[in-house]
Amino acid sequence: MQLVLEKRAERSNTIALVSPLIAIGLTIVTMVILFAILGKNPLLALHAYFIAPLTDSYSLQEIAVKATPLVMIAIGLSLCYLANAWNIGAEGQFLIGAVAGSWIAVKTQGTDAGAWVLPVMFVLAAAAGALYALIPAICKVRFGASEILTSLMLVYVADLFLDYLVRGPWRDPNGFNFPTTAEFDPVATVPLLIEGGRLHLGSIIALLVVAAVAILLGRTIKGFEIRVVGAAPRAARFGGFNSNQLILLTFAVSGALAGLAGIIEVAGPVGHLQPGISPGYGFTAIIVAFLGRLNPLGILIAGLFLALTFIGGEQAQIAMKIPLDVTKVFQGILLFYVLACDSLILYCFKLVFPNRQVARGAN
Amino acid sequence: MLDPTANGLHSGESPLLRTIGLTKRYGDFLANDSIDIDIWPTEIHALLGENGAGKSTLVKAIYGLIQPSAGQIFWQGLPIVLAGPSEARDRGIGMVFQHFSLFDNLTVAENVALGLDGKESFKDMSARLEQVSKTYGLPLDPKREVWQLSVGERQRIEIVRALMQNPKFLILDEPTAVLTPQEADQLFIVLERLKAEGRAILYISHKLEEVKRLCDTATILRGGKKIQTCNPGLETAASLARMMVGGEIKQVKAAAGRTTTVPRLVVNDLSLAPSEAHGVRLEHISFELKGGEILGIAGVAGNGQDELFAALSGERLSKDPGTVVIEGIAAGHLSITQRRKLGAAFVPEERLGHGTAPRMRLSENALLTGHAASGMVNHGFIDTAATLKTVDRATETFDVRKAKRDPEAASLSGGNLQKFIVGREILRNPAVLVVSQPTWGVDAGAAAVIRQALLDLATAGAAVLVTSQDLDELAEIADRIAVMFHGRLSAPLATSEATREKLGLLMGGSSLEPKEAAHAVGA
Repeated sequence: MQLVLEKRAERSNTIALVSPLIAIGLTIVTMVILFAILGKNPLLALHAYFIAPLTDSYSLQEIAVKATPLVMIAIGLSLCYLANAWNIGAEGQFLIGAVAGSWIAVKTQGTDAGAWVLPVMFVLAAAAGALYALIPAICKVRFGASEILTSLMLVYVADLFLDYLVRGPWRDPNGFNFPTTAEFDPVATVPLLIEGGRLHLGSIIALLVVAAVAILLGRTIKGFEIRVVGAAPRAARFGGFNSNQLILLTFAVSGALAGLAGIIEVAGPVGHLQPGISPGYGFTAIIVAFLGRLNPLGILIAGLFLALTFIGGEQAQIAMKIPLDVTKVFQGILLFYVLACDSLILYCFKLVFPNRQVARGAN
Repeated sequence: MLDPTANGLHSGESPLLRTIGLTKRYGDFLANDSIDIDIWPTEIHALLGENGAGKSTLVKAIYGLIQPSAGQIFWQGLPIVLAGPSEARDRGIGMVFQHFSLFDNLTVAENVALGLDGKESFKDMSARLEQVSKTYGLPLDPKREVWQLSVGERQRIEIVRALMQNPKFLILDEPTAVLTPQEADQLFIVLERLKAEGRAILYISHKLEEVKRLCDTATILRGGKKIQTCNPGLETAASLARMMVGGEIKQVKAAAGRTTTVPRLVVNDLSLAPSEAHGVRLEHISFELKGGEILGIAGVAGNGQDELFAALSGERLSKDPGTVVIEGIAAGHLSITQRRKLGAAFVPEERLGHGTAPRMRLSENALLTGHAASGMVNHGFIDTAATLKTVDRATETFDVRKAKRDPEAASLSGGNLQKFIVGREILRNPAVLVVSQPTWGVDAGAAAVIRQALLDLATAGAAVLVTSQDLDELAEIADRIAVMFHGRLSAPLATSEATREKLGLLMGGSSLEPKEAAHAVGA
């Protein structure tokens, strides 16, 4: 008797929906083992991670705030991944967007600039993110350079560029030498949705992005083009679709969304530009994109779930002294299981009982 | 290597190879359903059947490539289990595949060495290679690199490689599919000689005349089951075909008095450098195709047919717009979408991955080629009802059988998917249809439907260009036939004048007219 993977005639839509849940289940089982090894009570740890953050309004708002950049970035990445273009550098595009938007905020600091400041910051951030994402895309299309490597390497360039700015030209003169800009003026700040709360306008923008991309992918010829170029490149060329143009387009759009997420984070929850504005949103968004099945609605749910792990990780650190890095371990294991479970969409497990005579040859 | 027990008392009475109840199951699908077959020494045994009948599965099991789910293989009277092809080779079973496994950038000798289990030195092996190829009249230069060789020569490498193991039993999978008629004749001489030496040959084919001429025994498979074993010499081609198909095949009818109109597709001195290493350069291709006419392009695979299709479809662009003229408009520089808008339609050879996106639904695959000019897109938004309607109409008009209304392309059988693809294009009422290998790997029923559809389209006034390696198919539907060789296209012959001999000569690179001989050799 042996267990074999057998190809399905058609992809299973049920499994496509269930596979992320199986992956989450397997991840939790793994985490329980990990908590036990760390000498923590697994049940209490799970409670701190997944239940406690859902019980108070502050944490709930905080989950939405954390999910905002994750969802926006992941939506852009899903377009790339559907088109078989591998943008791994959303973190860099996020930082460059934050820098470009902050430039306006820094330059208008203390002037009587009007309500135009924030919209211009948004536009500039999106444009900068798009242009920054186009660097690996052009290298890919023009020279065949691996976009995976180039986009990833540009993350560190962006990181150090931001570092240089806040330690040098943009440093707040009254900031006791901390590497940070001055607090942004109110016109350069993302408005809150609830007075005294944490929820801000960015979450609404993220929801609009989800809706727009859902329509793009499901209803428009451009969305079809993105899907077919990724699913069957030769058929796409036969259909008259240009994959190179699409690589440029999807990189630009995902860069723009990452850049926009960057400025929303800086001009929203953070309030000024400083190093460490991102706890790895650009990378975690890769997990969000896949956990959400590269589907806009799925990404929204996955984004909220991953945000929960960030908040839960903080709670677990405070309450149980579980290292914050465990959150990253959790996210990594989750991506691993998601990709593994995806094979079940095209394959199914089957028990085979070969007859005795051929058993020897069947290994 | 000889098994001593097999040479015992009953050696004359037990077949060289026997399968009893051989069954191979893939999920719920029975690829081979309890097949019994006996192969005797000094026999050329044909394995006949349509695509999907289970021929390949059966020989893969016999060659140790797959493990049967049930049943038993006997070799020289003894039950055996083959863990893999090398074990089959050790016992004296050789196989020549339809798709060659050769490295283009290596020499003939290097390729052969890679396929052998290599205990002898490269020098000895090369000497033996030359000797075997000379003995059997399969000339090969061991030092040439494979990419320089014709398909027929590549097949020779595979055959010589198999013969160097001195097999008692040789399996050939559709060996003549890639040969000119003359090359096929030479191959038959070699096979007769192998038979005379006491070897057994299992010859997979669906060409009935060939089987009648060459084979002593024929086993017919249909739907994974063995239908009959017979002497093909005593059967007619029609009776063999009935056993293969399980019924009468509909004859294709050409409408009487088809009239040709204006030129709808004109190709003027089209030359194009290959896009990939070892690709074929198109050289000075010119022809004119009128409405109401079907032009057939014959030729051995790999002589530039793929490159010509790409140049005609616009998947590759030409710098000079005048090289391809569609409906009177210079289109050499236009994209495939723009050419579709001019009224052209295309059906590529590869169904899955080129003609369709395998994991997308039929409606989405209708959109793939219909988005430009078939009213399926409104201001950038997809009209799902229109795409589904195309699926329904293709299903109805061309008898596409499928499990549900709108399944994924990959879930259809080859014949049904091809009917859908051809139907999808014909429903657009094209002025020009360029179709490559329209019935390759398609069952006889679907092939008849597709050929009839092409004829009807021409009758309705469209210009149809058909590339095919099946000369019978071209003879059946084409008005004129031209031959591609080394990226050049011969002048078209009227089908009535295009004998197999003439076409065979052109397919082998000879010229029909002596004065052009020097030119052809120069190519």
